[in-house]
Amino acid sequence: MKHVISVHDFSVEEIVEVLDRAEDMVTIAQGKATSDLLRGKVLACIFFEPSTRTRLSFETAMNRLGGGVIGFAGTDATSVVKGETLADTVRMVSGYADAVVLRHPREGAAKLATEFSSVPVVNAGDGAGQHPTQTLLDLFTIRNETGRLEGLNISLVGDLRYGRTVHSLAIALAKFGNTINLVSPEGLEMPGEVTSYLRGMGMLGVACHSPEEVIADTDILYATRIQKERFPDLVEYERVAGLYRVDPDLLSRGPAGLIVMHPLPRVNEITPEVDAMPQAKYFVQAFNAVPVRMALLSMVIGGQ
Amino acid sequence: MQDNLMKVQRIEHGTVVDHILPGMAFDVLRVLRMSNDRSMSILINSHSKKGGKKDILKIEDVEISAQEASRVALISPQATINIIVDGKVVRKFNAEAPKVVRGILTCSNPNCISNQNEPVTTEFRLGPDDGHRYVCSYCERDIVDLAKRVRW
Repeated sequence: MKHVISVHDFSVEEIVEVLDRAEDMVTIAQGKATSDLLRGKVLACIFFEPSTRTRLSFETAMNRLGGGVIGFAGTDATSVVKGETLADTVRMVSGYADAVVLRHPREGAAKLATEFSSVPVVNAGDGAGQHPTQTLLDLFTIRNETGRLEGLNISLVGDLRYGRTVHSLAIALAKFGNTINLVSPEGLEMPGEVTSYLRGMGMLGVACHSPEEVIADTDILYATRIQKERFPDLVEYERVAGLYRVDPDLLSRGPAGLIVMHPLPRVNEITPEVDAMPQAKYFVQAFNAVPVRMALLSMVIGGQ
Repeated sequence: MQDNLMKVQRIEHGTVVDHILPGMAFDVLRVLRMSNDRSMSILINSHSKKGGKKDILKIEDVEISAQEASRVALISPQATINIIVDGKVVRKFNAEAPKVVRGILTCSNPNCISNQNEPVTTEFRLGPDDGHRYVCSYCERDIVDLAKRVRW
């Protein structure tokens, strides 16, 4: 049985295979072609935490492939409020579906789910841990927009400590031979184990506190949300958030061909004027979630 | 030095755990689950011939097994185990740190799923480098303050 728990479980070749398959899914994801690949199959999306893009794109992916979706978003109307364990919930739900997509606030929840599920489990984010499908759709976007997946200078900007998407993305990008710049406010730096990994691979670029320092040599600026609740002082939050705002002025100092990505939701990290600029790729990135998740579902359910 | 002035007498039968990291002797006792009614001597911050300090534990009438020794190595990887019979060392070996530890440790990440009310056994794997670090198989974090994470 194939589970999708951590991007570390994928070899470089396997990642490329997923991205190639996703490429084949694009016209179906756009509604320009139809597919019955997963007709008669059921996907359970069990989300113990809020989500917009991840849940809707998984549901769209399953519907586009002709399958059905069951599940819940939020635990208020479920037996979880009665104290049911995750183990029991997963054991039960896996009897109703051909695969389980799980989002949970605790790290390691997806790994636990694999021990109790009778069908494949796909990790849709577990606490501050892994979010492998986000990493795969980020890689798909980078390859589509730049035509390659290696030899790029990628600046990860914002909250690199708690932002769950950037840890596994940084490691995956390093495996493909890209240089990673780390730009974060003090106290929100990338965890030591990730920085050590990048350094060991020879792929750590500049680690600094201002996007200004790296913009001239950045092919991809990957912005993340700086969460207000990480700052005890609101004035300090406003000051830091201002320094990390991506706007036309900052982008004007970047090289031709620079693109801006963001896992969304954004708050103030990217000003609305950027949306109409050719560098803005974050809504394309959000769409790419559908073909990439179609590719994964076809592999774990359809045995493709 | 005259015998009656020795800090700790030699033992006739039992186990001497030597080269314990300084200050860790009580934690070693804890992982060995030694009951209080045993006759034992504990030296804390004793001077080592190799330089520096170490703790030493002498437990009478108990021969600890290789499996028990591996629990010692969890928290004090340099420790050596000496089995004493009739006042002589009949076996001496280095405690070997286990590659996988199931059930003995709890994860130091409070948000790890293994710390919730779930029917799972904790599992930690020895990291591939020489840093003597254990990684939780669930949340993939390094365990912090390992000696305090050993279950009674």
